[in-house]
Amino acid sequence: MSVMVDIRSVHKSFGPLQVLKGIDLAVRTGEVTVILGPSGSGKSTLLRTVNHLEKVDRGTISVDGELIGYRRSGDRLRELPEREVLRQRTRIGFVFQNFHLFPHLTVLENITEAPVSVLGRPRRAAAEAARRLLERVGLADKAGAYPGQLSGGQRQRVAIARALALEPRVLLFDEPTSALDPELVGEVLDVIRDLARQGTTMIVVTHEIGFAREVADTVVFMDDGRIVEQGPPGDVLDRPQHERTRAFLSKVL
Amino acid sequence: MSSDTLAQHAAVPETPDKAGTPRIVPQRRFGQWTAAAAVLLLLALAANSVLRNDAFQWGVVADYFTSTAVLRGLWLTLWLTAVVMVLGFALGTLLAAFRLSANPVLRAVSWGYVWLFRSIPILVQLLLWFNIGALYPQIFGVKTVDLLGPVTVAIIGLTLHEAAYAAEVVRGGILSVDRGQIEAAQALGLSRRRRWWRIVLPQAMRSIVPPAGNMLIGTLKGTSIVSVIAVQDLLYSVQLVYHRTYQVIPLLMVATVWYTVVTSLLGVGQYYVEKHYARGTERTR
Repeated sequence: MSVMVDIRSVHKSFGPLQVLKGIDLAVRTGEVTVILGPSGSGKSTLLRTVNHLEKVDRGTISVDGELIGYRRSGDRLRELPEREVLRQRTRIGFVFQNFHLFPHLTVLENITEAPVSVLGRPRRAAAEAARRLLERVGLADKAGAYPGQLSGGQRQRVAIARALALEPRVLLFDEPTSALDPELVGEVLDVIRDLARQGTTMIVVTHEIGFAREVADTVVFMDDGRIVEQGPPGDVLDRPQHERTRAFLSKVL
Repeated sequence: MSSDTLAQHAAVPETPDKAGTPRIVPQRRFGQWTAAAAVLLLLALAANSVLRNDAFQWGVVADYFTSTAVLRGLWLTLWLTAVVMVLGFALGTLLAAFRLSANPVLRAVSWGYVWLFRSIPILVQLLLWFNIGALYPQIFGVKTVDLLGPVTVAIIGLTLHEAAYAAEVVRGGILSVDRGQIEAAQALGLSRRRRWWRIVLPQAMRSIVPPAGNMLIGTLKGTSIVSVIAVQDLLYSVQLVYHRTYQVIPLLMVATVWYTVVTSLLGVGQYYVEKHYARGTERTR
């Protein structure tokens, strides 16, 4: 199977704080990779480097064979102009912990904004596609609502539909259920599970161990800016090789 | 607040509770009743003294209220306000963008501008611009006095002053927009321009409109300061009349009533603008 996201030797610091200390990770097409780890382990930062919301200090990231944020010229990596980065981002869907829906736009406008203004799709076609997406996430009747009128779970499902509207090659989820009331977590996980069944390539940062066990093809455990171990959920979650992983799992399970 | 409380007080139903639990009796608010009565009495006395004081010469007020000279002055006040608001906010938005930019030179320039033009009283500034010919007798080969008439000086002075305040209002509005909104727009590939016009500015407007409404009203009244450089605005127009007729008070009342009328209309307009930008938020107050 081909590799969709190829992360090599990625380093990142915020001032004196080293957040990523050399990450190598390959995500294969059609697979779901779940990243686990304690707060501050660098998992969200890693996810944000994949669509260049954070710039890396060292290392490379490619999505579908294309280097993200830079172009290679000889032995240098030259930063791409913003226009190019924005084009690359349309192929990488991103779902935020706090949804970040646009509160002054309706649900439908939230979803059609990027297809219309970035990809130049006709408004009517974009609206039809958006309605199909809303149906897929179970919110067909909410097209005209404003985000403020929706529950947290509904907002996150709209945010997923918004990310899908650009037909990205890979979807990134940054703790998609962490801001939700416990009773609303299930409806969001259902949507992600559904996407997994349809062969969507995804990287999910989460604390939902049960979800990881059920949906992930690969579970990655991160701590202190490094990948401690990775493998099928059965190995990493049930027979962890490292003491650090065991300690973490014993606390969250 | 007090009228609400009085109404609620009066509306409390007197039906006894069927379950036999003790009925709740709200506190009697004698203090509030007394205060309300006293204030109403004072207002009535004040209104009486105004209406029955012949020195106001309400007949003269009515005569001049829609006279050509006054309407012409009103018209100048209105368009001067509009021009100064538009130019001031255009320049102010640019300054706010400078101040929030990553470029330290632009940031410093914007900071310096706001510091300087907020420090100079508008009256001093107008007089300086009015006498700029003393510093630069000629601009591009034209005599400065011919190039910069009183109205042009008024527009320049008021706009530069306005822009300094507008910059802070716009900057505050932009800072009030959640950083995540910009990230979400970036993640969707929205261009810088689209992010600004479609995502940031409409949300910033919610915080910009109330102080901007304040500034609009302040500017409307503030334009009366241009009467010192003989620009024929509303105030200067009534002054011209009363210098001739000595009917000072009634003509000042003409200006007062017109300023009040326009200010009230602007307040109504602001209500609808605020409602527009409150789209998608349940809490509008």
